[in-house]
Amino acid sequence: FTKKKLDDEALEELEELLIRADLGPVTAARLTAGLAKTRFGKEVSAEEVKDYLATELQKIVEPVARPLVIDPSKKPHIILLVGVNGTGKTTTIGKLARQFRDEGKIVWLAAGDTFRAAAVAQLKVWGERTGCPVVARDTGADAAGLAYDAVEQATKAGADVLLIDTAGRLQNKAGLMEELRKIVRVIKKLNPEAPHTTLLTLDATTGQNAHSQIEVFKDMVAINGLILTKLDGSARGGVLVALAEKFKLPVHAIGVGEGVYDMRPFEARAFSRALVGME
Amino acid sequence: MFDGLTGRLGDIFDRLRKRGALSEDDVNAALREVRIALLEADVALPAVKSFIQGVKEKAIGTEVLRGINPGQMVVKIVHDHLVELLGAQVEDLDLNAAPPIPILMLGLQGSGKTTTSAKIAVRLKKRDKKKVLLASLDTRRPAAQEQLRILGEQTGVASLPVIPGQQPVEIARRAMEVGRLEGYDVVILDTAGRLAIDEELMAEVVAIRDVARPVESLLVVDAMTGQDAVTVATNFNERVGITGIVMTRIDGDARGGAALSMRHVTGKPIKLMGMGEKTDALEPFHPDRIAGRILGM
Ligand SMILES: Nc1nc2c(ncn2[C@@H]2O[C@H](COP(=O)(O)OP(=O)(O)OP(=O)(O)O)[C@@H](O)[C@H]2O)c(=O)[nH]1
Ligand SMILES: Nc1nc2c(ncn2[C@@H]2O[C@H](COP(=O)(O)OP(=O)(O)OP(=O)(O)O)[C@@H](O)[C@H]2O)c(=O)[nH]1
Ligand SMILES: [K+]
Ligand SMILES: [Mg+2]
Ligand SMILES: [Mg+2]
Repeated sequence: FTKKKLDDEALEELEELLIRADLGPVTAARLTAGLAKTRFGKEVSAEEVKDYLATELQKIVEPVARPLVIDPSKKPHIILLVGVNGTGKTTTIGKLARQFRDEGKIVWLAAGDTFRAAAVAQLKVWGERTGCPVVARDTGADAAGLAYDAVEQATKAGADVLLIDTAGRLQNKAGLMEELRKIVRVIKKLNPEAPHTTLLTLDATTGQNAHSQIEVFKDMVAINGLILTKLDGSARGGVLVALAEKFKLPVHAIGVGEGVYDMRPFEARAFSRALVGME
Repeated sequence: MFDGLTGRLGDIFDRLRKRGALSEDDVNAALREVRIALLEADVALPAVKSFIQGVKEKAIGTEVLRGINPGQMVVKIVHDHLVELLGAQVEDLDLNAAPPIPILMLGLQGSGKTTTSAKIAVRLKKRDKKKVLLASLDTRRPAAQEQLRILGEQTGVASLPVIPGQQPVEIARRAMEVGRLEGYDVVILDTAGRLAIDEELMAEVVAIRDVARPVESLLVVDAMTGQDAVTVATNFNERVGITGIVMTRIDGDARGGAALSMRHVTGKPIKLMGMGEKTDALEPFHPDRIAGRILGM
């Protein structure tokens, strides 16, 4: 590797690398300034600089890299999937169902998106693919009522896990967010601890709006974990770095495709290295 | 925020306490704040750079108008330049062709193609009294064909009957055939979501294009898209050739900087905006509204 003085121009290049990965201008500037403090004017190779940055990023996201743990004492462990439209809720349910089924668990699905055309049919396909019963009502039915049915039926059947799908909604729609709260309220009537886990799917292509998404969803329904989807694309999901610092929500998994096996644990090192273009 | 940007710039100019023409130093100081504001609105870096350069050329030496401070003057120049780049002229769908006119819908997974297909069909049917056929070429996503069929049924728009097992290129051929035989004015071809870097699926959509020879090829993009907008727009435009962009989820609170990024890299107009989940929630693109939003107005 050729070594070069770490000067203003080189620092600007690095800052731009981070901005292009969606870290946001503030986080990118702060990380670059940190680098300047220790290395400015020294002879360093491009690899060394990237390696340093990746290590810094890894330190930030490491604490949130935590797998989703199913509590065997809950029968069922109830998981609610929420998030804005098209981020991958329904597909992620299919992937999670497959994973839990492979672990030998009895998994039930609830077609809680009673709004979007063919959302029920879509989840039913995932139910067939993974061998899980799907509790459903017709499109247009009350989503909270459906969730109630599902909790009741899955509990009676002795399921280990119940995954509840919800319709996509934008966080600035107060009415739709209130509906989500209603789903949670109604589930609690049957099981005050439920949902045991509320997961938000975040699309890796999303830029700085992710801040607003998490802020609002977290306030409305107490999110306790994230799944970063569509990381198989060219977007790197760098907004997650600032989110990890600000909200400290665990990131349980990443989506890397549309198939049933296309989910991986979130790994801090691999994610951080990809952010600086290291593999 | 726009107030924030005006405020931030106001602070800078208050410190300078100068009046008259904007000096190069004033402008440079102001543009540092503008750069951050644009990046926070998700305008992609290459578009930010070229935008800043353009504003700089316009701003240096400009006389500050009476009654406003230099900060407000810069904001005005920034805003006007932004509107100009976003496309001061509103461009609608171009339907000047012999029927059946194919419209090809393109984009990443989940961007809103299927919903927008139905919205466009409704608009053409109601406003232009066109006879529209919806055809789903999405054989990948579970229940995608069913989704479009239901949307057609709900809105009274015909949809191409599904033949199980038929592949996308063949469906496109059949859709155009039915379009000709049954006298449709417009055939909307909804495709499966695909990554701009997925060679195989990009090749598939090129084959679809060659069969259908679309008059409009619309890239459907989510208003929440970050820096990746550049890659997406560049790849779809270079591989397939797009004629316009539809931005969805403008009803959200995203700043929508991707609009500028995509205009910048493709030069193609943003033609329509998705304003909700219902099939009537589609509007022509309003550059001034998006400019205000990008600046946090
Ligand atoms: N490439 C890729 N595509 C994905 C991934 N996860 C989901 N998708 C695709 O993204 C699109 C939307 O996924 P859905 O699961 O329907 O998203 P959703 O959040 O349930 O959408 P709504 O219910 O409409 O809000 C589909 O085409 C999926 O196949 C992923 O990790 N990678
Ligand atoms: N709020 C809002 N939601 C929208 C808009 N356009 C589409 N949606 C929603 O976004 C989600 C995905 O829309 P689809 O039309 O299925 O997206 P798609 O691009 O066809 O998805 P794939 O076929 O899986 O790639 C659905 O929940 C739609 O209701 C919009 O303008 N505003
Ligand atoms: K990626
Ligand atoms: Mg869904
Ligand atoms: Mg679709």
